[in-house]
Amino acid sequence: MLKEFFSSRNHVIFTGIFIGISAAFLQKLGNPPNMGICVACMERDIAGALGLHQAEVVQYIRPEIIGFVFGSLIAALIFKEFKARSGSNPLIRFVLGFFAMIGALVFLGCPWRTLLRLAGGDGNALFGLVGLVVGIWIGIFFIKSGYNLGRNQRTHPLVGWIMPIMMVGLLLLLIFQPQLPSGAVFFSSKGPGAQHAPIFISLVVAIVIGFFAQRTRFCTIAAIRDLILIKDTYLFTGIISLLLAALASNLILKQFHPGFQGQPIAHSYQLWNFGGMVLAGLAFTLAGGCPGRQLFLSGEGDADAAIFVIGMIVGAGFSHNFATASSPKGPGLWGAASVIAGLIICIIVGFSMSDLGKKRMEVKR
Amino acid sequence: MNQRIDVRGLSCPLPVVNVRNILLEIKNGILEVLVDTGTSKDNITRMAINIGWKVEIKEEGDEYLLTISK
Repeated sequence: MLKEFFSSRNHVIFTGIFIGISAAFLQKLGNPPNMGICVACMERDIAGALGLHQAEVVQYIRPEIIGFVFGSLIAALIFKEFKARSGSNPLIRFVLGFFAMIGALVFLGCPWRTLLRLAGGDGNALFGLVGLVVGIWIGIFFIKSGYNLGRNQRTHPLVGWIMPIMMVGLLLLLIFQPQLPSGAVFFSSKGPGAQHAPIFISLVVAIVIGFFAQRTRFCTIAAIRDLILIKDTYLFTGIISLLLAALASNLILKQFHPGFQGQPIAHSYQLWNFGGMVLAGLAFTLAGGCPGRQLFLSGEGDADAAIFVIGMIVGAGFSHNFATASSPKGPGLWGAASVIAGLIICIIVGFSMSDLGKKRMEVKR
Repeated sequence: MNQRIDVRGLSCPLPVVNVRNILLEIKNGILEVLVDTGTSKDNITRMAINIGWKVEIKEEGDEYLLTISK
């Protein structure tokens, strides 16, 4: 009975509404503007806190990321869905995670923040949204052409516990904030990295989101993908609920500021808002889910999803060190080049791992 | 002899896409699907019901056998 309730449409609508309201309130409580929740940005901040990049304004261990994994883990354990599994082309998943982050940081947001930026009145996010849909659409082309990263295998439970244990480590670093001679742990004293809601509130809200998202299979990429690919509106109603709930909350909290110029943590170079999200959308689709979903899967024992998350965190470090990430002033020095390179690599992956590439391999043999 | 497909271990959306393609091809009859995650079980069940098939779910250890019929 309970299981049926959780997979019902009402529940995914409730999950979307809860995420939308939570994001607006986390912003009110201190998180950066239009960034109440942004999986990519928050993983980027964690990369900074660990010293994987030196961008001083975006370094913080975001408890939301930790909470997402914990919440999903708790739900998976309660409902007996925790299954350690791995081995479905992990290195490809790492590369996809890496480039998903490169693309997201050119736009300045993941699919979650795309919706939240729209809900805050940021018109630039429209170009990101269109890019996201185009990226997903390219991914669907490969899926229809037989794209497949192969089956995962059941493995020792320890493997499934690695990501949750890593999150415990991050939580300890966040709570005790050790100061080592190198300067680690790095926490921003100004900029978005210095803006955050109280740790306990962020953690609890994220655990609740992780719990419900694991039950409802909430995924911003699958929402659009399934609508186009199999005409299923289940998850799509979830993201529409998220958007509307965040919009209503922002109106009430006076956080809605419509326009294109001067939007917080955003730029108006529309070609690269679009291009960055084409890359991110394609990479997420080829990996089977949005960055939030990858965290939820990590929490239920999917080590391939965990590798994708680690790819994203490493990608964030690279992105700031090699000037591919954008800033409110516009794309970084290598932003455009990195999007083009990422698209070429993701298309090669899509081609190689589908029937298009496999047929060719057979002919060669 | 019922048709049978094993979608265990496949990433989203392959389980649901593979099953859907077979259902659209055979138009009626019985298809047994072996599934290993709750996500795939839910997605396949919802998709099959949406396109007019009946689904029976049987838990087998920590896996599921879906019997889809029309």
